[in-house]
Amino acid sequence: MALNWFKFASPATFYPIAGRLIPVFWILTLLLLAIGLYWGFFETASQLGGSNPQKEYYRIIFIHVPSAWMSMWLYIVMVAWAAIGLIFNTRLSFMMANAVAPTGAIFTFLALWTGAFWGRPSWGTYWDWDPRLTSELVLFFMYIGYMALHSAIDDTRRADRASALLAIVGLIMVPVIFWSINCPDPNQCAALHQRSNLTRIDGNILFSMLTMTLAFWMYSFATTFMRLRGIILTREAENTWVQDLLNARGRT
Amino acid sequence: MLRVFWCILSRDLTLAMRRRTDVLTTLFFFVIVVSLFPLGVGTESKALQIIGPGVVWVAALLASMLALERLYAADYEDGTLEQMLLTAQPLSLLVLAKIAAHWLLTGLPLVLIAPLVGMQYQLADSAIGIMMLALLVGTPILSLIGSIGAALTLGLRGGGILLSLLILPLYIPVLVYGAGAVEVSQIDLADTQPYFALLGAFLLIALVFAPVASSAALRISLE
Repeated sequence: MALNWFKFASPATFYPIAGRLIPVFWILTLLLLAIGLYWGFFETASQLGGSNPQKEYYRIIFIHVPSAWMSMWLYIVMVAWAAIGLIFNTRLSFMMANAVAPTGAIFTFLALWTGAFWGRPSWGTYWDWDPRLTSELVLFFMYIGYMALHSAIDDTRRADRASALLAIVGLIMVPVIFWSINCPDPNQCAALHQRSNLTRIDGNILFSMLTMTLAFWMYSFATTFMRLRGIILTREAENTWVQDLLNARGRT
Repeated sequence: MLRVFWCILSRDLTLAMRRRTDVLTTLFFFVIVVSLFPLGVGTESKALQIIGPGVVWVAALLASMLALERLYAADYEDGTLEQMLLTAQPLSLLVLAKIAAHWLLTGLPLVLIAPLVGMQYQLADSAIGIMMLALLVGTPILSLIGSIGAALTLGLRGGGILLSLLILPLYIPVLVYGAGAVEVSQIDLADTQPYFALLGAFLLIALVFAPVASSAALRISLE
């Protein structure tokens, strides 16, 4: 069966599909959240490490790491949709990129915030100019810049394309910034984050962390589609199918 | 092709020379910002030597960013920019010429005034030399990256403040290595080599990609 993918690129077709998918993603989110949080609170050790163990507060990891992962992943998703929009000139891809940005920014902020709360008991400081902290902060600025540029331009077409280009330039810069803050001589500035190694992590913690990541991912789908539906309605308000939709709502 | 480049370059330089205040404003902004820091932080020479490289680079970042708005604004207002888009010449070449002119007018003066600023901060002669060299390699990168932002924010309300939001995060690598080179030179001069290698690499990458990205941005803005 040949599936015509471009059929779904039309806002009029995608609007009802998104509407039907939103409850599915919300249910998945809640389910995964419940499992992840239960496992994280009750099935994992209450302290971590040998001589100077991290106590209960290490459980921040179940929010902190998934939200940091999602913040980076959503930026890539946003850039991918923006690039698809620039290449194929499809309206829906730009709307998608637009809808992803706020969720990404929220996860970036969440990663920074939970990181500060975790840093206080374990490192003795809320903030440090550690490479990962700094590049996460820069990522946050990138999201803000994208949204600021988009909202500053009144013409939607120009706003979409200009912010898409900015997002792509940003994607090239993010690794450069990461490596530049991660200074060339490791003796001069030690990073507080230890090297992450998923194979050495305790199985229960890993399970809970991955479940939470999936939950956050499903949450991103749900909120993005909700925002997307709003954007579609605003932008297509003049079209007949939106008018029909509103009239149908009005009659029932 | 080279003739077009020279044509645009000399035109922009001539235009700027007719209104010299614009060039001088950027330069004096740089000098004033740099001079403010010792008054706020304290004039102890040890402290000044530590913060000096960073302050000079941040001031250079701000100065070059303030001047960016002018990069395309005048041509945009009188319609020259649209004519440039319509010519048969490659747009990225024209953009590169404009960026080169912009750097000659705003970046190069900063490099030349650097020794004076270095003395304010009690930097050693070798550190001042390294600072000039780092600024010489680094400021073109600022103009190149900045031109993308200037093209994107062309003709927008509150373009200047928006421009800083978009561009300053992208300036971070230049700031880190530019200031790093000067800092390291105060300890051992030979250690500065990797910093210059990286700055040079950034310059080459920006030289290749920034004109293309800026011309794409210009086409979006003038569509």
